[in-house]
Amino acid sequence: MSRGASWKGIEITKDLTIPKLFLQSAEKYGDKKVAMREKEFGIWVPITWKQYYENVKRIALGMVALGLERGDKVAMIGDNRPEALWTEMAAMCVGGVGIWLFQDSLIDEVSYIIDHSDAKLMVGEGQEEVDKCLLIKDKCPKMKKMIWDDPKGMRDYDDPMLISLKEVMSIGEELDKKEPSLFEDVIMKGKGEDICLLFYTSGTTALPKGALLTHYNMLTMGQNLMRVDPYVETDDFVSYLPFAWIGEQMMSISCGIQAGFTLNFPEEPETAQENIREIGPHVMFAPPRVYEQMVRNVQVKYLDASWLKRKGYEWAMKIGYQVAELKFSKKPIPWYWKGLNYLADLGVHKKLKDHLGLSRIRDTYTGGAAMGPDHFRFFHALGVNLKQIYGQTEIAGISVLHRDGDIKFDTVGKPIPETEVKVTPEGEIISRSPSVFQGYYKMPEETAKALRDGWLHSGDTGFIDSDGHLVVFDRTKDVMTLNDGTKFAPQYLETRLKFSPYIKDVWAIGDLKPYVTSVICIDYSVVGKWAEDRNIAYTSYPELSQMPEVYELVKKEIVKMNKNLPPAAKIKKFINLYKEFDADDDELTRTRKLRRAFVENRYKDIVEGLYSDKDKDNVHMDTTITYEDGRVVNIKADLQIMEVNE
Amino acid sequence: MAVSDEVQLRVQDLHISFGGVKALRGVGLEVRKGEIFSIIGPNGAGKTVLLNCINGLYHPQEGKIYFEKKEITRLRPYQRAQMGISRTFQKIELFKGTTVLDNIRLGRHIHLKTGLLSGSIYFGRTAREEVEHRDFIEREIIDLLEIEHIRNKVVGMLPYGLQKRVELARALALNPKIILLDEPLAGLNLEEVEDMARFILDINEEERWQTTCVLVEHDMGVVMDISHRVMALNFGEKIAEGTPPEIQGNPQVIKAYLGEAEDLYVSRR
Repeated sequence: MSRGASWKGIEITKDLTIPKLFLQSAEKYGDKKVAMREKEFGIWVPITWKQYYENVKRIALGMVALGLERGDKVAMIGDNRPEALWTEMAAMCVGGVGIWLFQDSLIDEVSYIIDHSDAKLMVGEGQEEVDKCLLIKDKCPKMKKMIWDDPKGMRDYDDPMLISLKEVMSIGEELDKKEPSLFEDVIMKGKGEDICLLFYTSGTTALPKGALLTHYNMLTMGQNLMRVDPYVETDDFVSYLPFAWIGEQMMSISCGIQAGFTLNFPEEPETAQENIREIGPHVMFAPPRVYEQMVRNVQVKYLDASWLKRKGYEWAMKIGYQVAELKFSKKPIPWYWKGLNYLADLGVHKKLKDHLGLSRIRDTYTGGAAMGPDHFRFFHALGVNLKQIYGQTEIAGISVLHRDGDIKFDTVGKPIPETEVKVTPEGEIISRSPSVFQGYYKMPEETAKALRDGWLHSGDTGFIDSDGHLVVFDRTKDVMTLNDGTKFAPQYLETRLKFSPYIKDVWAIGDLKPYVTSVICIDYSVVGKWAEDRNIAYTSYPELSQMPEVYELVKKEIVKMNKNLPPAAKIKKFINLYKEFDADDDELTRTRKLRRAFVENRYKDIVEGLYSDKDKDNVHMDTTITYEDGRVVNIKADLQIMEVNE
Repeated sequence: MAVSDEVQLRVQDLHISFGGVKALRGVGLEVRKGEIFSIIGPNGAGKTVLLNCINGLYHPQEGKIYFEKKEITRLRPYQRAQMGISRTFQKIELFKGTTVLDNIRLGRHIHLKTGLLSGSIYFGRTAREEVEHRDFIEREIIDLLEIEHIRNKVVGMLPYGLQKRVELARALALNPKIILLDEPLAGLNLEEVEDMARFILDINEEERWQTTCVLVEHDMGVVMDISHRVMALNFGEKIAEGTPPEIQGNPQVIKAYLGEAEDLYVSRR
């Protein structure tokens, strides 16, 4: 806690709310500091705290005029953009409760959450969200108004339920003229224990559950995180991951409002990587898939580079890995390694970091799912301070985190201040802190299961090692028992394999089975490029995935990984799937975690094929896939099975 | 956009032949301001030739073309472009080695008032002018066509569907009064077709643009969905003209498509 000790946070009382803090910051910074930036029409447009304040005020009062009362729910959907944060802050200011939906949610998910949460207002970005709203409005009679802000394509919409954000703001402005003190008054009515967010968790198994979080929960979580890693007001942060993910809320809201750092919004989701590079953020928090993609990008470029560049990269990475290894084992780094590392940094690491947008990064975290040790090593070899964090929506974000210079791949670190983490005799991880949630909305039974005597029961298993680090196995039901009786986490195999640039997703199977097998989703762009370079013709993902050459390629990657595994955990057979796993098909959660029980049922023919005694070398599949607009298409395919004998 | 009664483009009795082939035999049409006017017909019917005559790539042997009441039959292509006639090509005609942004800027070139000399000094009015044009391109075109993520990419490296979009962007940079679209949907996949149809509607209906569109297209689903009026050509002759339902029911049109009658009703889905 070296750096954190010097951090002077604010005092969080039971009376303090996020809007009150927002008011203080707006007063303090006014026109002098940029609160957020958005890239629009090719230019980074700054928004000062004063502008931020004015906009939130207008929207908040507009919401009041529309009839929003304390405790009413406001559902929001859309990409990350300043308007999104303004509406969330505005809803909180007037005592409303924010609910975030994933942009790519299908209609059924949207209508379930809107209806279950009793949302009165819905805020969407543009035409796509408006269409969703109009489709479900008959099923959700409690919803009164829908606010939209992007006028593109909206010219023919005249449903009385719809209102533009501009209109809401002008209504708000009028109300402000009539009652100039109203905005401050409603903010002052707020209490720390008021609910501010209703967070629907994706859930790998059942229907989404709505976790109730208070201002106090959110603020204490942010503060305790910053007691470990303090952020300062001159920091930059890029907000591009869905607001419906607690990790983004904890950075943009919990920490952002306390530290006062600048939020940056990318132009479009597709330009996020480019925009991150332009900003060069100091702090970053992303699920493993983002880091996995970065590694894949580097590996692909490496494969494409000239001989000299490849050699330079190999040389610099070797040094980087060596130095990282010394750091991990907490051994002193000899001067000659330091010198070599300096040269490697100058020649290669620095430029790579710049391309990845990590040139100014101080603290970067991964969480939300398991990440393989190879990825960890890669970033530390580059000199990027990547740390694992662990937590749940139910604890307002995170509870456990790696400290600088105390990083172990297989752990998630130590609890943040004011947080106790224990493991029950059954092996379940439980935690207690001021940030533990208030319960699930309208689900008392689920609440009783998760909250016992103030302890949050996570449903994850794990243990605390001799250094006091927490080790998380994963969801209890996801641990597999191998044929020799040992317990094994399939995630371990999956994350190791995903280090290969050719493999995008893996599903390892082996629970109570004679041997371990896996289903592989190849990375279309990388394998596609690989095939083109070798003059292998293909027209589509299904065709490419079934090419014998591609099977050999995947096999080689598996053989490489198998070398370092105990015999019982080695993958013996695999199959290349004809499509990528997709959240629209319910195979992944919206945060891209594999839903094992679901895929096991959906692909039971494949599992059967992988474990049939007869010398079967292919499986016939007859199934459906769902497009984002809800259309369902039938697919028939024969999938080969390949054995791996090494 | 409401279609006005004002005729914006009038083609009268157009004849053109290449050697012994009579590509157009007395074709006439009237496109009203604010309309989406589609030209359909089997391959070789003369659709592209007709567009080439309108924007001046070909010179008809007989007949007259009027744009906003002025005769343009003998004008050069660039003069017609200056009047506000813009077009896209069936086979993409972009500079493949330059970036998307540079291609769009080239479409804007006609509006540049400063000359070579002041351009090479780049000071004062010249600099201001460039910023203005850049602003127009960003706000009105790149945002509309959703190509932010490729603005600095080299055109030749882009997938076909995106190149088609850049082609449209280049044509829009002219800020046209009428845009001639030659098979904008050919070779696109379902999602890209839906996007492109949406863009055409945007260009036609969005208050900022309200541009008349002349569309040559084979995708009957889209043509019948978005057109105000449709004209059918066969062997260089007009065989029918009317609203989409009228054309769908026209026996001559059905015959020209040689029993492909179903195609007129079935869209891609």
